[in-house]
Amino acid sequence: MSFEMPDFTPAIPEIFILCMACFILVADLFVSDDKRVITYLMSLATLVVAAMITINLHSTETVYTFSGTYVKDAMSDVLKLFIYLITAVVFVYSRGYLSERNLFKGEFYVLGLFGVLGMMIMVSAHNFLTIYLGLELLSLCLYALVALQRDSIFASEAAMKYFVLGAIASGLLLYGMSLLYGVAGTLDITTFSNVITANNLTGGEYSTVLALGMVMVIVGIAFKLGAVPFHMWVPDIYHGAPTAVTLYIGSVPKLAAFALIMRLLVEGLGELHAQWQDILIIMAILSMGLGNIVAIAQANIKRMLAYSTISHVGFLLLGILAGTKEGYSAAMFYTIVYTIMTVGGFGMVLLLSRAGFEADKLDDYKGLNERSPWSAIMMLILMFSMAGVPPTIGFYAKFSVIEAIINVDLIWLAAIAVIFSVIGVFYYIRIIKLMYFDKPLDTSPITSTPDMRLILSLNSLAVLALGIFPGSLLAVCVAAIT
Amino acid sequence: MSDSMEQIYLAIVLAPLFGAIIAGLFGKQIGRAGAHWVTNIGVAISFILSIVVFKHIVIDAAPSFNGTVYTWLVSEGIRFEIGFLVDRLTAIMLLVVTFVSLMVHIYTIGYMHDDPGYQRFFCYISLFTFSMLMLVMANNFMQLFFGWEAVGLVSYLLIGFWYKKETAIYANLKAFLVNRVGDFGFLLGIAAILMYFNSLDYAEVFQAAPTMTQLTMEIIPGSAWSVMTVICILLFIGAMGKSAQVPLHVWLPDSMEGPTPISALIHAATMVTAGIFMVARMSPMFELSETALSVVLVIGAITALFMGLLGIVQNDIKRVVAYSTLSQLGYMTVALGASAYAAGIFHLMTHAAFKALLFLGAGSVIIAMHHEQDITKMGGLKKYLPVTYWCMLIGSLALIGFPGFSGFFSKDAIIEAVHASTIPGAGFAYLCVLLGVFVTAFYSFRMFFLVFHTKERMDEHTRSHLHEPAKIVILPLIALAIPSVVAGYYIYPLLFGGYFGDAIVVSQQHDTLAKLGESYTGIFGFMAHGLLALPFWLAMAGLLSAWYLYEKRPDIPGMIKSRAAVIYNILIRKYGFDEFNDFFFAGGARGLGRLFWNIGDVKLIDGLIVNGTAKSVGWFSARIRHLQTGYLYHYAFAMIIGLVVLVVFFVNDL
Repeated sequence: MSFEMPDFTPAIPEIFILCMACFILVADLFVSDDKRVITYLMSLATLVVAAMITINLHSTETVYTFSGTYVKDAMSDVLKLFIYLITAVVFVYSRGYLSERNLFKGEFYVLGLFGVLGMMIMVSAHNFLTIYLGLELLSLCLYALVALQRDSIFASEAAMKYFVLGAIASGLLLYGMSLLYGVAGTLDITTFSNVITANNLTGGEYSTVLALGMVMVIVGIAFKLGAVPFHMWVPDIYHGAPTAVTLYIGSVPKLAAFALIMRLLVEGLGELHAQWQDILIIMAILSMGLGNIVAIAQANIKRMLAYSTISHVGFLLLGILAGTKEGYSAAMFYTIVYTIMTVGGFGMVLLLSRAGFEADKLDDYKGLNERSPWSAIMMLILMFSMAGVPPTIGFYAKFSVIEAIINVDLIWLAAIAVIFSVIGVFYYIRIIKLMYFDKPLDTSPITSTPDMRLILSLNSLAVLALGIFPGSLLAVCVAAIT
Repeated sequence: MSDSMEQIYLAIVLAPLFGAIIAGLFGKQIGRAGAHWVTNIGVAISFILSIVVFKHIVIDAAPSFNGTVYTWLVSEGIRFEIGFLVDRLTAIMLLVVTFVSLMVHIYTIGYMHDDPGYQRFFCYISLFTFSMLMLVMANNFMQLFFGWEAVGLVSYLLIGFWYKKETAIYANLKAFLVNRVGDFGFLLGIAAILMYFNSLDYAEVFQAAPTMTQLTMEIIPGSAWSVMTVICILLFIGAMGKSAQVPLHVWLPDSMEGPTPISALIHAATMVTAGIFMVARMSPMFELSETALSVVLVIGAITALFMGLLGIVQNDIKRVVAYSTLSQLGYMTVALGASAYAAGIFHLMTHAAFKALLFLGAGSVIIAMHHEQDITKMGGLKKYLPVTYWCMLIGSLALIGFPGFSGFFSKDAIIEAVHASTIPGAGFAYLCVLLGVFVTAFYSFRMFFLVFHTKERMDEHTRSHLHEPAKIVILPLIALAIPSVVAGYYIYPLLFGGYFGDAIVVSQQHDTLAKLGESYTGIFGFMAHGLLALPFWLAMAGLLSAWYLYEKRPDIPGMIKSRAAVIYNILIRKYGFDEFNDFFFAGGARGLGRLFWNIGDVKLIDGLIVNGTAKSVGWFSARIRHLQTGYLYHYAFAMIIGLVVLVVFFVNDL
């Protein structure tokens, strides 16, 4: 057995992030509390440089390295760029919140960067084990992040729940992978898919094991996404974690989860599309239904947004289950749009919060228009976009996934999706009603750093601008799916 | 040459539009003077170019122009275009519309001088001019409909121009609704044309029309109706709305709530004649259906006589003129029904001049009287308003058809044409228009004497301020008085000289004007004949009765009123059309609406569907939120159940 030196070039961004995360971890020890901003800036710089590297390395051809366990293709590049971007935005939004709560420490950034590394690995993994590795790296970072606020019982409880449930899900995923390995005798995704096709394993004596493995894998993915009935952790963790962490958990990992689906279900188990399509249909309907209906009953905006996430996952699954290139592009578009909207939505919660005040009750949004008309209009754009009202980008996201399923003749499913999205409009517009038509309960001034205000405004305006000119982002997503 | 003419046609239409846009959108920036300059210049350009077009088409006898300017869309082979058809009919309409419009624009500078909505007013009237020009220059039904609706819209806006005045709002709503009825018929007519001809282009439709005469359709199963008759009657329903024919006339008297220049421009001279113009334009189709012509004739005759009668009991100066407009529109319609299209258009032209004159004269009186419109409170104004007096006298003489004045020629031609007509209903129509002459003379001079002669009945304050209005108001009066006198002398070329060429088609057996033309011996012969004929003596009788009853023995009208209370009441209630409409249509529609609102909207849609779903979703939401218990083992359990369910359903042979 000869050892061939692998080509490190495609993985330079990962290597860079790893080195920088370690460096920041150590460097942070030598930074005093009042100079913590150095850590923050170094983390941002890391993401910017990683983005530049990724852009430089970008090419449309698919490159495999590390004996085929790592892949770099158009989709991975696009997803990574959005991971950097959204993570950077998360860092900017959370600075004020963290420093007000004495959480402005190096750990947040180091864990955040390691999480980014985990997601990058998930995005570029081309082997069951690599996928698992990436997933675990991300998950461990997230568990720790939820528990960052050690003296908060809510945060500790949330971390505990997340950890236990996450462990179950990881176990199921790993079990599923081992069953699949047992059937095909390989962990490499392309080889696996080829073996299944070549030996026609979907119908033979191994079909039961194959199906069982597939179901387990789907459960693992569904947990990561937060699809019903594997969504239970979502509201509690979103609610219990510090808002800055919720912001992170709620947005970026969805990009990696999308890659997880693409690698495992589409590339690996593409042959079994007819079977996992039905499972995804059930989960999509349940997610859209439960997410939208229960969101109505929430009085806490973080919980409301958690249920909103669940419903968005339902829509995202629609694109996947269509099983067409167009559908995958639509799902990718939806995922990206979702992260942009969500990061803006939680960003708004952060903007309104201050020391000792979380701004996470719906009533805290009453009369926002009187307190800060600009914030109110930004929130209005974000809520309209989440509800899917044109001309915001949220409309095109919903439109493209629904179009994808109509094109595969699932018109009844499209009708269900539309009905649930109509139900969902209610709770988004309720926020707008509170902001514009009610009297404010809280009249203290809104304090925030100017950089946050700027980025948040850009965030909201991007939602509007992309809605008016959705073509470029759509084209990127279409080009990314080959 | 044709290229430069095309530019001119475009400029005629666009100049007023440009003025309207500038005055409307930038009214604040350009100020009051800016607004009236830009719109007046725009309309003046249109007027001058219309003269050029008239010279080109009529005097130089150039062939008519029919071309497309812009294709809006093509759908299943049907082209929707903006195009111009400029022939002799269009040329004369252009002249009438732009001339009256220009006069009204000038007059408005004085009349609306102190109004806060000055710029808005100019914007509207220029927009109206644009719309009306689009209508008369159209070469296809779609553009005709555009112009038709656009003038309707502007009319609506202008009747309610003083939008804080309750009666004005009522009037504009009424005008809008009544016109919807007519427009619905019109639209159905256009739809029928589209259905049977598969084209909206005039030329194509007219060419194909003769092949359609035998075609029938069954609207009510079992009875076959001639397609051509149905189309023509539907189109005529549109004309009835716009040109205020019985029973769709109810909006016109109320439209007098708008400012007087509007009454002159829109509700007397131009817009209301759109229906007349349209029927004349569609003559190749109307000629194919004698039934439709009969309908037109009878409706016109009823309008001519019975609306004139209402003018006798009105005391509001503008309403008297308004009823006279209704009656004169009836005359024009009668002419159309008798296939004397040229006479109808001729009367349209002379009427535009003298009726605009009468309205603007009435406006001048109103200004002098400080916006008092009740003629029973006027009297003896002759010595205070000499110029207005003479202008009004010319207008009134033209209206009653006094020999030598324009109205004489056009009205006499119509009466003679009806006399010569042989289609069903012609006898009735002849009787109506003859009696109408007496009635016209009577109400016109009743108003004239009550305003300018008789003893002064206004209060002292008003009297002390009576004086001739500003020059800018008087100038258009004089400018309109001239055509009111002389326009009639074009009778020969217009009616008997084949002026319209192929713009108007009259079939051999209907050609009443040709019969008149045989005995035509020149203007003076026509006048001499007129002096001996019945209509002249009827007019004189009407004039003298008015003089006797209101100037000489003012006590008699009161006596008649009490003696013939029944007739008086019928007239003062306008035959009960308004009450009937209010009760039956308005009341019925409201009742029906309330019913649907209560049952359909409140109970079914709001109660069951909207609030019902909202409530059930809310209820459901409140229940299933408790699935989220907060217990970790519940969550883990849910996951495992989910897994088990999936495995059971999706893993076969387990």
